[in-house]
Amino acid sequence: MVAITQEAPNAKTFRLALPNPVAHLPGQHYVVRLTAPDGYRAQRSYSVASAPEASGEIELTVERLPDGEVSGFLHDALEVGDELEVRGPIGGWFVWRGGEPALLVGGGSGLVPLMAMVRHARALGRADLLQVVVSVRTPAELYYAAELVGPDAPPSPAVTVVHTRVAPPGSARPAGRLSAADLPAVGAGTTVYVCGSNGFADAATDLLLAAGTPTEQIRVERFGATA
Amino acid sequence: MDVTKGFFGRSRERDPRLPPGQYDTGSGWPVLTAEATPSIDTADWTFAMKGLVGQRTTWTWDEVQALPPSTYEGDIHCVTTWSKLGVSFAGVSVDTLLAAAGGAQPSATHVLVECHTGYTTNLPLADVTGGKAWLTWEFDGQPLAREHGGPARLLVPHLYFWKSAKWASALRLLDHDEAGFWEQNGYHDRGDPWLEQRYQGD
Repeated sequence: MVAITQEAPNAKTFRLALPNPVAHLPGQHYVVRLTAPDGYRAQRSYSVASAPEASGEIELTVERLPDGEVSGFLHDALEVGDELEVRGPIGGWFVWRGGEPALLVGGGSGLVPLMAMVRHARALGRADLLQVVVSVRTPAELYYAAELVGPDAPPSPAVTVVHTRVAPPGSARPAGRLSAADLPAVGAGTTVYVCGSNGFADAATDLLLAAGTPTEQIRVERFGATA
Repeated sequence: MDVTKGFFGRSRERDPRLPPGQYDTGSGWPVLTAEATPSIDTADWTFAMKGLVGQRTTWTWDEVQALPPSTYEGDIHCVTTWSKLGVSFAGVSVDTLLAAAGGAQPSATHVLVECHTGYTTNLPLADVTGGKAWLTWEFDGQPLAREHGGPARLLVPHLYFWKSAKWASALRLLDHDEAGFWEQNGYHDRGDPWLEQRYQGD
């Protein structure tokens, strides 16, 4: 564990140095496995936030879940210098390889795998291929804010931030759920990557389908339980 | 195995129904789908047994409902580490579907499950025969919800749940193994939760 930074009130980014690095594809995840002294284990999957260009290191941004066995340990007990068992990179579907136009639609911590795509695109000098729409409850809950919307953020890709509960002062868009007006038109050659909770993923895909985006152009990564 | 410094985990009162590395999701039922959730009208729905079967057979919604019913009561296990214990599904046994299609040809060794969305998953034939697999349309006495694969999904509860393909449209019997959607993307060809066959190489 090389560095731990607070990403948002409820999220930390963990930077790990890998003993045997394998370049990941933006959108892939790692499994983190914890083992207790008696052999009891718990494991969870976390998306990589960093670009594959960050050689030998990966960053995982983890939201602390209420009563989260693994996220709670990572947030409260893990320290820089500790060793962590990870496995990856995993996944070959929810990945952006850097060549085609893409619309990235993230809700809350669903931004994490999309950020790997943004960082990769910038490293390639092809951020123009991407558009980003991210939904957060409040401004403080936007991960990577300085890189996306801050005064020093690069101009590309275009980033739309949707605030569902509290909008920043002076915001032209009042707080409210993601709507059709928040989503740009999707061209025929564009792939849409949707990542977030089940509720968010369903709402976003329903809006996209209603706007005429073919199912084949939409890739979805979901997390969380239904009621 | 290396112990994680500072990790002691939750209570050790582990339910013996939980395979290694799994946790009980309780009353929740996480939804994991790589695609947009389709809306499939039962009027347009069909299911087929094809490939190396006695005769290719296709059922409409009303026809499949008229087959002898069969139920599963037990547990399901997702590769993303949740398990759901003590669930019940109702539908028809794959054995019934296969018998109605004239049985498997002697050369058949594997099946590829096809879906209305284009999703596929592969299994050894022996994992869907002998009372181990169902085509289901009812969960805990209610019609199977759209996000959980309704109107009908495959159910292969002794394997990780990605094998229990949502919105299933056909079983294709093959004389060889052919990797499905997640299997091409690094997941295990068989997926036995008790052996933790999560990814290729496990």
